[in-house]
Amino acid sequence: MEHIRTTKVEHVKLLDRFSTSNKSLAGTLYLTATHLLFIDANQRETWILHHHIAAVEKLPLTTSGCPLVIQCKNFRIVHFVVPRERDCHDIYNSLLQLSKAAKYEDLYAFSYNPKQNESEQVKGWQLIDLAEEYKRMGVPNDYWQLSDANRDYKICETYPRELYVPRTASKPIIVGSSKFRSKGRFPVLSYYHKDKKAAICRCSQPLSGFSARCLEDEHMLQAISKANPSNRYMYVMDTRPKLNAMANRAAGKGYENEDNYSNIRFQFVGIENIHVMRSSLQKLLEVSGTKGLSVNDFLSGLENSGWLRHIKAVLDAAVFLVKAVAVESASVLVHCSDGWDRTSQVCSLGALLLDSYYRTIKGFMVLIEKDWISFGHKFSDRCCQLDGDPKEISPVFTQFLECVWNLTEQFPQAFEYNEAFLLQIHEHVHSCQFGNFLGNCQKEREELKLKEKTYSLWPFLLDEQKKYQNPLYKPSFSPNLTLLEPNTVSFNFKFWRNMYHQFDRSMHPRQSVYDLIMDMSEQNKQLEEDIKQLEAKIKQKRGRSDAVLVKEHQQSAHPAPVMLKTPPFFKKDQPLIPLNDAVLIFAFAQWCLTRLQREVSVPCQLLSALHLLYQLDSDFPLKNILYKLVLYHTSETNITDNIGKRYQFVIV
Amino acid sequence: TLPFNSHLLLFLTSFLAAASSSFFMSCSRFLGSVGTIIIKCKDLRIIQLDIPGMEECLNIASSIEALSTLDSVTLMYPFFYRPMFEIVEDGWSAFLPEKEFEVLSSVTDEWRLSYINKDFSICPSYPPVVIVPRSIDDETLQKVAVYRHGGRFPVLSYYHKKNGMVMMRSSQPLTGTNGRRCKEDEKLVNATLRPGKRGYIIDTRSLNAAQQARAKGGGFEQEVYYPQWRRIHRCIERFNILQESLIKLVEACNDQSHNMDRWLSKLEASNWMTYIKEILTAACLAAQCIDREGASVLVHGTEGTDSTLQVTSLAQIILDPDCRTIQGFESLLVREWLQAGHPFQQRCAQSAYSNSKQKFEAPVFLLFLDCVWQILHQFPCSFEFNEHFLVTLFEHAYASQFGTFLGNNENERSKLKLQQKTMSLWSWVNQPEELKNFQNPLFEANSLVIWPSVAPQSLQLWEGVFLRWNRPSRFLDEAEEEMRRIIDYNRFLLDKVNSMRKQIMQTETEDGMDRMQEVDSAANV
Repeated sequence: MEHIRTTKVEHVKLLDRFSTSNKSLAGTLYLTATHLLFIDANQRETWILHHHIAAVEKLPLTTSGCPLVIQCKNFRIVHFVVPRERDCHDIYNSLLQLSKAAKYEDLYAFSYNPKQNESEQVKGWQLIDLAEEYKRMGVPNDYWQLSDANRDYKICETYPRELYVPRTASKPIIVGSSKFRSKGRFPVLSYYHKDKKAAICRCSQPLSGFSARCLEDEHMLQAISKANPSNRYMYVMDTRPKLNAMANRAAGKGYENEDNYSNIRFQFVGIENIHVMRSSLQKLLEVSGTKGLSVNDFLSGLENSGWLRHIKAVLDAAVFLVKAVAVESASVLVHCSDGWDRTSQVCSLGALLLDSYYRTIKGFMVLIEKDWISFGHKFSDRCCQLDGDPKEISPVFTQFLECVWNLTEQFPQAFEYNEAFLLQIHEHVHSCQFGNFLGNCQKEREELKLKEKTYSLWPFLLDEQKKYQNPLYKPSFSPNLTLLEPNTVSFNFKFWRNMYHQFDRSMHPRQSVYDLIMDMSEQNKQLEEDIKQLEAKIKQKRGRSDAVLVKEHQQSAHPAPVMLKTPPFFKKDQPLIPLNDAVLIFAFAQWCLTRLQREVSVPCQLLSALHLLYQLDSDFPLKNILYKLVLYHTSETNITDNIGKRYQFVIV
Repeated sequence: TLPFNSHLLLFLTSFLAAASSSFFMSCSRFLGSVGTIIIKCKDLRIIQLDIPGMEECLNIASSIEALSTLDSVTLMYPFFYRPMFEIVEDGWSAFLPEKEFEVLSSVTDEWRLSYINKDFSICPSYPPVVIVPRSIDDETLQKVAVYRHGGRFPVLSYYHKKNGMVMMRSSQPLTGTNGRRCKEDEKLVNATLRPGKRGYIIDTRSLNAAQQARAKGGGFEQEVYYPQWRRIHRCIERFNILQESLIKLVEACNDQSHNMDRWLSKLEASNWMTYIKEILTAACLAAQCIDREGASVLVHGTEGTDSTLQVTSLAQIILDPDCRTIQGFESLLVREWLQAGHPFQQRCAQSAYSNSKQKFEAPVFLLFLDCVWQILHQFPCSFEFNEHFLVTLFEHAYASQFGTFLGNNENERSKLKLQQKTMSLWSWVNQPEELKNFQNPLFEANSLVIWPSVAPQSLQLWEGVFLRWNRPSRFLDEAEEEMRRIIDYNRFLLDKVNSMRKQIMQTETEDGMDRMQEVDSAANV
């Protein structure tokens, strides 16, 4: 790569971000074509993908070297001190170049090769099928149909090819309506609620200015409300603050005039725009990144950033939407300005609250593909995949994930996926390692031939889905009522430490209940398998010998718990191996004796016992155990006197 | 005679026992002929009763009012409570200082029990028995007691077995404006130091406050007279400021507001989380001095009955794995709070909904429990007890059918004859069937020192106490249950697999034995 001048710098120090004692780790920094790699003295590796780098900053020279601070889009902040200024300068310049791609083809996804063959690649892209998803929702049906109006992206470039509209909306109505909507984003179906026969539709703002109207657009809305037999009133939700919407009128845009549209109820819900969100996050990060932060500075910083207020606003909007659908069986049309940021947030969260399918791992992927990717949330601009306008960057998708996280906190059993899943998706939205999130809309993605040149993220997440499964998930969670009704009183919203301090280990609980439960529930499955196998084995043995059977029964009357394959969290006070197990002791003592006396013959039961013990733990303290065994054994009466005497000999 | 109708009385008394919290404040208002009584409980719950009939309502209100503001301790519930369970182990004698000392004397002989205070004449707020350096005789103690506020001379609080370092606690020295010294005090304090070692005095007041205390006859140890000691000031808030903080916090939590900024600014204005951080930081400092620096520590504030105890007890939880067990924690409470003379009756009189200013009221103990919860939250596997245990202790400290938390010190407790007339909380808690509810299923004995993070991002509002009555908890409770189920199931499966393995091995051994005998007999032949 032409940008890399120095590939390796030694004696680099990595400073702890929050430690006040200036603790640091020394190590070597490597620069590769795709990653920045730091290997510390303990051989621990820190990999930083170039695309994850949001900002690189060179601080003034200090006595120990030249400090280099790297801020990542996944909220990792690393602080290096490079001994020589020239090296630091080289790395700084290289990273500046490498972190900002000029064109899509330079992104990691185009060079990433996960060793999949072509058919796997194709299959990976077919994993999420949106046509299938609409079928699952129950469309097309008597009221809704697939429209071919946008098949060639002629009506709206930022919409997908396949759109669902009311049957009564004819092509002229669609075309007319699209001309009256910002960027041609006319009202289309986002989610259909089968039971209530109500629809969630989405669009962009109307070009109403102060007084303009459009009959086709009015017909379009009427068609949507008529497509709902349960309630002829429909809601129009403008997700912007009223003031913003009014200001838009001066630019010939604006919002629906209730007088011109029949049977609509118009509502503002007041979610701020991308610029407010961007600066809010900026403020939040400034506060949370402060060294030696006091509680009150943290709380007032949290308040001043407004971040949680915005998160609450988004979720409140979704709750409003869901109430309209679930309680009033009303259809709802959601829009903001262009209908790809706030609209995506509200529509997808609404669907998530209404439909438990989206709370499964696969369903969540579908939801993101549908409401975010296909409907043209501008991932490339919002996540700054290419070197572009910094004013287009905004954490809209991060907010969506944070809202979902808040829901998982309130409903710990309602989601199949866990926090790690959300964090991993967030990671890859910015990593540009997979093709899914590249570009700003479907048309652009097709032009980039992403399905041929890159891989889809979803099959990889599904492959490792064990990591993302919520051990507490109950699919039957409120079976009659798949609706989630979150409590949005302010105190329910908390700072998402695991997102914004994901890489600051010192801030996390030192022991994670969640991880333990996850391991345990994983282990439970394994144990169930083991039991099946053991049962078969015992059955087999029973068939072999009746005499043994009798003894087994005697044994099972007093089952002494033998801890084998003990998981780490059960080690507690229990001895490493069961001392009351006469068989093991017997075997071990024998083995010990044979070793000492250099006898060659090793009885077979000894071998099996040994085998079991090695299974227990590969580096098990043999000496200790032998000693304990023998000590214990002097009081064990189960063993014949003869052997007992020989043990005492061993102790000496 | 109380004008309750029998049904209501039944309801109320059953509630008293069930929620173990006596009512404390009620206000009544009337709408037509239905009267409404709002009862604000000490466990922060608020209950509204709609009662038909104005007169009846008024009667009930005044009865509740009268019953919740009893003048005399001896009229309180613990004196009338008769347990419905059989006492296995009497909680009153479960944690005797002599027993505790036995453990200590098995590791070191540098300490002795002193009965100097057996009639509470030297220090009214100390227990009859205290642990002091062996080299210091009772006569010296007597002189030191005069030099320390309220007679609270330095006594042993904790012995760190790992390195033999100790934590002492006392009250402030009475240096006054003219810098009075007391050689006996210096001797006592220095007796805890190893030769050539330095110690730390952790003063829980700001330097400013400590200096101001001199005007009132108090003060702090001066460097000149205590050259081997380094004094560190760590300001921990006290008294009515804490009480106001609690009132503000509870008020904020009860505000079902949808205004995020208001919630955050109210949370901030309460300062509660700041106090949590202050206390934890001071406790970490004390623990650090002992464990990392290998130095002995003396902790005191003004009286040595509040912030001092927060610091010494939390430091022990950080340092000593025993304190993280149920028995150990109970013993810690008995030693460092009850016997050490934290004035529970004054501090935990009215809780957060008090409308009259209580001069001595302060949630010192609740703050301590909150700090323990914070550590528990960060080390969820290192404690034998669970959150429910801490919440229960909070409830009982404020209102209880047991006598444990009555009175302000051992002196008052012995005068009230609590041991004879009331039940100990520990007698109830330590029954096997009750203990089950307080046990943490994830507990795994951890012999290490546990250092909590005190970063504001790591501290959390204790929802189990402050949001307990304000939000639906069904889904959280169910998740908790599911977690328990997974853990229990895991144990069950492990046992089963192990017993099956054993069974198989047994049969294999039998086989092997048979074969060996065959080999033997073959060899004999």
